[in-house]
Amino acid sequence: MAVTVVLPSVLARFAGGQRTHASPAGTIEEVLARVAQPYPELGKRLADATRDGNEFVTVYLNDEDTRFSGGFETYAADGDEVTIVSAIAGG
Amino acid sequence: MSLLSGPELARYDRHIILPEVGLAGQERLKQSRVLIVGCGGLGSPVALYLAAAGVGHLGLVDFDQVDASNLQRQILHGTSTIGRSKLESAEARLLNLNPYVRFERYETRLSAQNALEIIRGYDVVVDGTDNFATRYLVNDACVLLGVPNAYGSIYRFEGQASVFAADGGPCYRCLFRQPPPAGAVPNCAEGGVLGVLPGLVGTIQATEAIKLLLGIGRPLVGELLLVDALEMRFRRVKVRKDPGCPACGTRTIQSLEEIDAVCELPPPEGAPGRDLSVAALAERRRSGWNPYLLDVREPHEWTIGRIDGAVLIPLGALPRRLAEIPADRDVVVYCKGGVRSRQAVEALLEAGFGRVENLEGGILAWSAEIDPSIPRY
Repeated sequence: MAVTVVLPSVLARFAGGQRTHASPAGTIEEVLARVAQPYPELGKRLADATRDGNEFVTVYLNDEDTRFSGGFETYAADGDEVTIVSAIAGG
Repeated sequence: MSLLSGPELARYDRHIILPEVGLAGQERLKQSRVLIVGCGGLGSPVALYLAAAGVGHLGLVDFDQVDASNLQRQILHGTSTIGRSKLESAEARLLNLNPYVRFERYETRLSAQNALEIIRGYDVVVDGTDNFATRYLVNDACVLLGVPNAYGSIYRFEGQASVFAADGGPCYRCLFRQPPPAGAVPNCAEGGVLGVLPGLVGTIQATEAIKLLLGIGRPLVGELLLVDALEMRFRRVKVRKDPGCPACGTRTIQSLEEIDAVCELPPPEGAPGRDLSVAALAERRRSGWNPYLLDVREPHEWTIGRIDGAVLIPLGALPRRLAEIPADRDVVVYCKGGVRSRQAVEALLEAGFGRVENLEGGILAWSAEIDPSIPRY
């Protein structure tokens, strides 16, 4: 068991096109850092997209928005799913 | 005496026999007003289903013309209407589907100046636009006017749907407070979209609009539906009403502001990485200038056509292939339309390349103005 991290396409292109990743359990911050570790550009994009005042990416732990439930310190346990939702505008 | 004529009663029979709709519900639909912003991929199924359902008054906003490249997904239009205004094309199709619907055409770009005036008086807005600037404008206008917004958006194989600005519910800014910076999120013209996807998402928006009008079921308020067409997975996540949201929380946004072109801002005058027109590139190359011409599109686009002498490094691969780019030459970057290349220019400048220019309008402009043998796509 591990934490599953699901990236949106707009970010998966910085992770070799792979949308689903696995990480050992940890805080959201640790989990995202592990997923981004082989992909520096992904790490940079994630940091840019989630910093205050520039929030066009929202990080969910299961179906809860982490901004309202402990932020990046929230613990993601084995079996949890971290879903990153990016703003998209196509119509 | 019903508000519906005999032929209308016959037409809507399958609705009327639903206890959740009934005659009263169908009459309510006839008296309802829905504004569809954007008559493209999402707006097509929305308009078709709402017209078919008997929503009495549909407002349509678009300023574009039908292009052949729309028809892979914009099922409201057809081969015979290529080149005509989308609103003319839409109204003709919708009137053929249901002559009992009244249409109001707004052949204009929704702006901070006209959005409140256009949206005011509608019961529900359906956001089917294709850019962040208009999405934020629609959101802010809906919050200010208290009109619910059946939201949908798409990119490649992914879609999102929700209902924003409903009474007591969150708005788009509760989810994404600000639009992304230039180039951070490609649009469909740059990134592509599966033609069926707006059908999936648009029909969800139409369903939500009808539920809102009839007051039935549980609308997607406070939830965001995530559609993944490749995995055929539908996920729902919660959207909390953010007390700090400038639109619906603190209500800091009291009037509409143009967020125009925030995604396509040109660099300031005098800044490095300025735009280069295709005419200037062609002219300067003829006089002997030999810049390193960098194509940052995807390999399948490269196969369709390329500018002579270019080198392909897709944008996603650029950070790890910087060493291939000569530091002692001028660099001109291009893509399909000029958005990805701007992002590449920024990355190159940040990496220390000094003489980098962005080919304005990309290979589409090159094809239109310089070399028509390159196919447009």
